[in-house]
Amino acid sequence: MNGVHDLGGMQGFGPVRPEPESEEPVFHEEWEGRVYAMVRLIGGLALWNLDMVRHARESLPPADYIAYSYYEIWFAALRKQLVESGLVTEDELRTGRASSAVSGAILERVMRAEQVRAKPFMTTSYRRPAPGPARFVPGDRVRARNRHPRGHTREPRYVRGHVGTIDAHYGSQVFPDLSADGVVEGCHLYCVRFAARALWGESANVNSAVYVDLWEDYLEAAP
Amino acid sequence: MTKDHQDDTAPPSDIELSVKALESLLVEKGLVDQEAVDALLELHENEIGPSNGRRVVARAWADGGFKRWLLDDPNGAIASMGYVGSQGDQVRVLENTDDVHNLVVCTLCSCYPWPLLGLPPVWYKSAPYRAQAVADPRGVMRQFGSEIGDNREVRVWDSTSEMRYLVLPQRPPGAEGWCEEELRDLVTRNSMIGVEEAQRPATTQTP
Repeated sequence: MNGVHDLGGMQGFGPVRPEPESEEPVFHEEWEGRVYAMVRLIGGLALWNLDMVRHARESLPPADYIAYSYYEIWFAALRKQLVESGLVTEDELRTGRASSAVSGAILERVMRAEQVRAKPFMTTSYRRPAPGPARFVPGDRVRARNRHPRGHTREPRYVRGHVGTIDAHYGSQVFPDLSADGVVEGCHLYCVRFAARALWGESANVNSAVYVDLWEDYLEAAP
Repeated sequence: MTKDHQDDTAPPSDIELSVKALESLLVEKGLVDQEAVDALLELHENEIGPSNGRRVVARAWADGGFKRWLLDDPNGAIASMGYVGSQGDQVRVLENTDDVHNLVVCTLCSCYPWPLLGLPPVWYKSAPYRAQAVADPRGVMRQFGSEIGDNREVRVWDSTSEMRYLVLPQRPPGAEGWCEEELRDLVTRNSMIGVEEAQRPATTQTP
């Protein structure tokens, strides 16, 4: 979707304001850590995948997405996904009290402290069988297709319609546009190099390039 | 977009109350184990972080054979040091040279090599960085006090897939003869994202 999350090349947000690296805490507020942990642990129930999570965040109302801090976005999307999946009812969210039971099959998957300590990160593989032979090889010129899907996509707006060169083929990996709808299929994934001037015009530094990972369905051969 | 720390005497904010309420609800429903929350947060506070990436970079600086392995087969080389998971198994290492400087961003969300660098800093996830890095990387780097000459190519890597990018900064001059453990202190997290070069020995504690 053409959402406000698709920030590449936008202007007017002001300077980057980095904190000194040595002074930066892991979480700036206690609640941020609690949100992070809830998102990770509920995510571990495997009721939704990463693309669904991303889509839940990027489809928040645009004004909210821009105004919220990072973990406020996570929190709002988590609440939405909890209700949409039926894990929690609107009524429970409002009252804060449980009034519906969770199925035993889901409760069996609840992550425990020892599992978290043994494996702090998910180890999901995103590689999937290829739908067919790869259409492109490194060095090929390709155009990022001018697509505007209403659902989830990982083709940023700033590359659409522009010509680049295949830098690398990363094999066949889960195609995010379908994965966000729960359909998990492989599609060839490439890294595509775009000259900065091709994307940003003459004001861009001539000695810069942007590399973007793009799936084969986002690409067409360019002369 | 972040908020200032609250005064200890101030009443909890709305978001604090809402987060507490949701956590108690999820615990009551049996969906979240309080001990698992604490365990995960403790890991992040004490173990997970950029020190893993620092070790990888310092080893590559100290050992040419490991550096070649890291560039040719990053996942094998990184796994040999025990760092895996959460796209940590789909890493591509980008070597900075006299001719090329690399910079990593995720314009669409906040993709980042967690097992190597921990959770991303606030600025990495912020709108200004995500908006500017692809269009004006030299301008972004200037905000970190880094100047990249026009004779060096700047390559920006937008993490739009589950591939994860780690910058291998250049080993700074003045650290000849340093061992791997000493070199680690010169590797900043920011240099592995690419917004800065590695530290020079003069600006750090001489071992």
